[in-house]
Amino acid sequence: MWKHHKKLERHSLLLVIGILVVVAIGGLVEISPLFYLESTIEKVDGIRPYTPLELAGRDIYVREGCYVCHSQMIRPLRDEVERYGHYSLAAESMYDHPFQWGSKRTGPDLARVGGKYSDGWQIDHLTNPRAVVPESVMPPYAFLAKKDLDYRDIADKLRAQRTVGVPYSDAMIANAVTDLETQADPFASGGTALKKRYGPKVNQRDFDGQPDRISDMDALIAYLQMLGTTVDFTTYKADAGENLR
Amino acid sequence: MADSKHDKPTPHKDEVSGVDTTGHEWDGIRELDNPLPRWWLYVFYGCIVFAIGYWILMPAWPGLHGYTKGLLHQSDRGELSVALNDLSATRGAAGQALVKASLEQIEADPKLQAYALAAGASIFGDNCATCHGTGGTGGKGYPNLRDDVWLWGGDLNAIEHTLRVGIRSTHPDARQSQMPSFGRDQILTGQQVNDLTEYVTALSRRKASPAAVSRAAPIFQAQCAVCHGPEGKGNQTVGAPNLTDQDWLYGGDPNSIHTQIWNGRAGVMPSWEKRFNTATIKALTVYVHANASGQ
Repeated sequence: MWKHHKKLERHSLLLVIGILVVVAIGGLVEISPLFYLESTIEKVDGIRPYTPLELAGRDIYVREGCYVCHSQMIRPLRDEVERYGHYSLAAESMYDHPFQWGSKRTGPDLARVGGKYSDGWQIDHLTNPRAVVPESVMPPYAFLAKKDLDYRDIADKLRAQRTVGVPYSDAMIANAVTDLETQADPFASGGTALKKRYGPKVNQRDFDGQPDRISDMDALIAYLQMLGTTVDFTTYKADAGENLR
Repeated sequence: MADSKHDKPTPHKDEVSGVDTTGHEWDGIRELDNPLPRWWLYVFYGCIVFAIGYWILMPAWPGLHGYTKGLLHQSDRGELSVALNDLSATRGAAGQALVKASLEQIEADPKLQAYALAAGASIFGDNCATCHGTGGTGGKGYPNLRDDVWLWGGDLNAIEHTLRVGIRSTHPDARQSQMPSFGRDQILTGQQVNDLTEYVTALSRRKASPAAVSRAAPIFQAQCAVCHGPEGKGNQTVGAPNLTDQDWLYGGDPNSIHTQIWNGRAGVMPSWEKRFNTATIKALTVYVHANASGQ
């Protein structure tokens, strides 16, 4: 056997093929089961695709690089659960393309920031973080409130998400623009239809405190305010065998 | 590069070190064929053995219908629930007692109160200080929790209720009220808002134009007295602030008062019922109540 190994080592083409085979085993074992194992993603109630406004906000979150300093992954560790709430489930990022788990916490974890602060606080904080958190090192994002949200391509964004597996229905895509405008206006008539499509827990209000326009700030706050709020933990059995890992 | 087909290595020993070479020669340079250091080799073999042991003991290999669970049945999530149970045991009797005791009993019992204050301070720092400021001194739009001025009531039960349901939050029983945007929504004219600004300034015993005050008096009674009271002393059942004191949520200078009448700003406090358990809410209530020297 060792003699054969010598042959492999001294023949460049054989060696390349050998390396590829070994690396492919690693990929096969680590990646491919995620596509067929049903136990990978917990079965929970409440997970829904992002509304058009939230999806636009998520794009701003990615555009501004929020993930560089904020994670969205509460690990199953005592101290993290005590501070941030229930640990993150795989199901909670199943419609994230790409996921926003992050790898560094210069700022706090945001996986369950939804509903933790008021919209007004989010505006104050994004406009000038040090006005409300004196020790903060976060840069200000005041310009978000001054920039109208560009949502001309929102239906295409939904369509693109559907291509990679997010279950947006035809009705959701057809009504993407109306749904987006409805969510940012508490008095809009489309509220019932919006909630019928995306669930009763959808926040419908003027997020940025500027009722006459839909700004980037509207979209980002709509996204932040739903983070970690969709799963119904009253029906989730954390200690059930299939959910332990 | 030497091609193995044409360049068969010939056995050769290096004269200086007495070690075998690889048998190749490149422009007169030969390579010693020293074996790998023993310590390195054994660490490498040890790692392989460890990996096999790990596969057997820990969750490891995926199959077609799941993955090998390992003999130890290790689970991070399982360990977490054990750790959380240990934590509640560490917090022990005091933590349990907090759930059973009424808020008044907690305040009366020095031991329980000390526990609640310590727990409350830590929770406040992480969750409430973000808006209400370090130590609860508040800021523009965020009420000061260290004084004796309360929008929705400052006794134990009122504080606990506010913590539970929030103010203008998404909770179905949230404390609700909304000051109209008298200027923006054209309920009053610009002149009327100017006059009212003078009136409110006069309410807190400061200098104001007497003519404007007398013009605004009937408007105040018609529009504002419903919530703020005929004398402007406020009403805690609807969270309407007392306008006769020196405490202002959005600023007390004429400009700020004018902006407030024009836009009718109102803050939102989230509901904490789902985020905190009963003991935590009680500890926070006692902490906030004690900080404000009680009401």
